[in-house]
Amino acid sequence: MVRQFDPSQPLEMQKRQYQQMVNRLVPRPPVWRNCLWAFGVGGLICTAGQGIVSFFQGVGLSFLDAATATSIVLVFLAAFLTGLGLYDELARYAGAGMLVPITGFANAMVAPALEARTEGLVLGVGARLFAVAGPILVFGIVTAWLSGLIYYLFGPRPPLGS
Amino acid sequence: MLFLKAFLVGGFICLLAQLLMDLTSHKVTPAHVLVGLVTTGAVLSALGLYEPLVKFAGAGATVPLTGFGHLLAQGAIKGAAREGLLGVFRGGVASAAAGITAAVVFGYFAALLFRPKG
Repeated sequence: MVRQFDPSQPLEMQKRQYQQMVNRLVPRPPVWRNCLWAFGVGGLICTAGQGIVSFFQGVGLSFLDAATATSIVLVFLAAFLTGLGLYDELARYAGAGMLVPITGFANAMVAPALEARTEGLVLGVGARLFAVAGPILVFGIVTAWLSGLIYYLFGPRPPLGS
Repeated sequence: MLFLKAFLVGGFICLLAQLLMDLTSHKVTPAHVLVGLVTTGAVLSALGLYEPLVKFAGAGATVPLTGFGHLLAQGAIKGAAREGLLGVFRGGVASAAAGITAAVVFGYFAALLFRPKG
């Protein structure tokens, strides 16, 4: 057995040895298997989403409205499955495949809120619903606002008299 | 064909996110990935690069969270074009209002009606 950690060495050296030891012991994620799961499950959720979009287009909605209605359906399903405890069970295998679709956004809202019920409705459920959703909305809205502002300042001008 | 394209593009975006999580330090949490996706989607959308992907892959581009960023950015840009500075403020959230409301309402009721596990 190789000595991994030598207390007689100077502190800097000890730190480096310790870091090497940690790096050796921390399990490496099975990257290829994770990627396969993420690709397959994420792809399937999007395919199901396309099925719902096509259905809504079939009953007369525009693509944009159909996509919005699809988000509502997917968010409902994800909130329901998270409540049952199934979503997080499946996400253990699917990883980013169930994190990246809009269902993952819903899961990230429900899961912390569910755990925080004992802390009350306002500071427990109400606040924790936005534990992850809050940052997403902050960065999304700020980026969108900047995009709109840049368009307003430098974008094409509407023709005079319109 | 539409379904195959949705599968491939949607799956590929998820694969990229998985790589980002697995190949970087443990400091990159799911929250960081989601924030990165929504920002990336909004930036690509503002540059005019995301709309072609939506045209190509449909739900494969709108269902991943990058599509949420796209929706926000397009809303703000179209708002700016339609009603000027007021639209810059109004357009983004307005276009994503249905999804946000669904997430808050269903999320609230799910947290209320179900018992936590363990």
